Amino acid sequence: MANLFEEVKNIIVEKLHVPPEKITEEAHFINDLGADSLDITTLLMEVNDKYGIDIPEEEAQKLDTVGKLVNYLKEKLNRE
Amino acid sequence: MERRVVITGLGVVTSLGLSVEEFFSNLLAGKSGVSRITRFDPANLEVQFAGEIKNFPFRERFDIKLEKRTDRFTQYALWASLDAVKDAQLNLDSIDKDRVGVVIGSGMGGIETWEIEHIKYLNGGPKKVSPLLVPMMIPDMASGQVSIYFGFRGPNFCVTSACASGAHAIGEAYRLIKAGDADIIITGGSEAPITGYCISSFANMGALSKRNEEPEKASRPFDRDRNGFVLGEGCGVVVLEELSHALKRNAKIYCEICGYGTSADAYHITAPDENGEGAYMAMANALKEAKLSPTDIDYINAHGTSTKLNDKVEVMAIKRLFKEHAYKLLINSTKSMIGHLLGGAGAVEFVVTCLSVYYNKIHPTINLDNPDEGMDLDFVRFKMKEKEIFAALSNSFGFGGHNACLAVKKYLK
Repeated sequence: MANLFEEVKNIIVEKLHVPPEKITEEAHFINDLGADSLDITTLLMEVNDKYGIDIPEEEAQKLDTVGKLVNYLKEKLNRE
Repeated sequence: MERRVVITGLGVVTSLGLSVEEFFSNLLAGKSGVSRITRFDPANLEVQFAGEIKNFPFRERFDIKLEKRTDRFTQYALWASLDAVKDAQLNLDSIDKDRVGVVIGSGMGGIETWEIEHIKYLNGGPKKVSPLLVPMMIPDMASGQVSIYFGFRGPNFCVTSACASGAHAIGEAYRLIKAGDADIIITGGSEAPITGYCISSFANMGALSKRNEEPEKASRPFDRDRNGFVLGEGCGVVVLEELSHALKRNAKIYCEICGYGTSADAYHITAPDENGEGAYMAMANALKEAKLSPTDIDYINAHGTSTKLNDKVEVMAIKRLFKEHAYKLLINSTKSMIGHLLGGAGAVEFVVTCLSVYYNKIHPTINLDNPDEGMDLDFVRFKMKEKEIFAALSNSFGFGGHNACLAVKKYLK
């Protein structure tokens, strides 16, 4: 199984239509990847779907970088 | 002094071409853009053909993000608007964008998006519905996206009046410029209704031709054997510009828009008033604003849907208004070749009207093999005609009984 970062990266490429090289742990969804709130919601819906989870609204608001999202998932799914 | 309004740019997306040049030359040649639907398998539908645009290459001009965030009807509007703005040679760096508006009509908006998301909702529940459903579906989004793309901050909204939406949009835009609210308006109408859901409703109400075996012959306005309209899709956009603004920048002027007449049938949700009173009033009102008499008109781009009732009522109204001059008019139906674009129809047909006045060329009405009883006007059967056109009308009538008529004339100083 690919690591979580790579999996999330692929979802971001598909949903935010940004080149893979721009997607780093530090990349901020809005400032670096050009996303808006609609993009982020669409992205998180896909993440929820893929991992069978339901990230609560108040948690989702804190996940403003790729790294934060990946770390959240690591904890939640208990995997690397 | 009254502000005059001229047409300085044109753009289209149709089943007969994605550029004005290709579209108009196909119209003059009498080609049909109607064919079996290929976007999805139409096998289970009663009507399996349409004026469908095959392989629309949106990505040649716009990025993937815009593609994923827009319904097809908005994509058509973006494409046609870009062409119209280029055709008008607007200098985007120097024009006052606060004085440029966008008014693009649509009858249905993003019905394809609506349908896709509704299926997700039914199958997966509320969590599966895209947050983009609403901003993609709402019919005003073509106007919204075009303004965002170009940065035009003038008057901006959508007009919806079913099959008259495009004509009403252009008419309202004309009035805004006349009233001084803007100097330029990108206006027209767009529609992308070719989905199983939408076709089923039109088919079940008995409005569509079911000639599946000969799609290109199904749209036959004024013909004895017509049996309903053919659904089409696409967009027409024109650049309307206040005359002195156009003259100052030496713009090419196709013609002058000089009248806009509207009315309601106040009769029935889908059928036209059988006395043609609404159609008559719309045409009469357009002539009045244009200060033209019926004998000044050389050409009418008819609503001409190919339904039994519309064609009969429209011809009746034309005869009543124009009397013996009706027999001198050239009258055609663009729908005979591209089908009925609903909210896009009035706009694409207005583009055709402008081109006809500019080039003095009138495209034929195809499939008019046997004119129906009483259909004895010059419908430009089979072959295009060349004739000096001074003034022309474009008719559009929509479900709900909304009627709109636009009048144009040659630009003379």
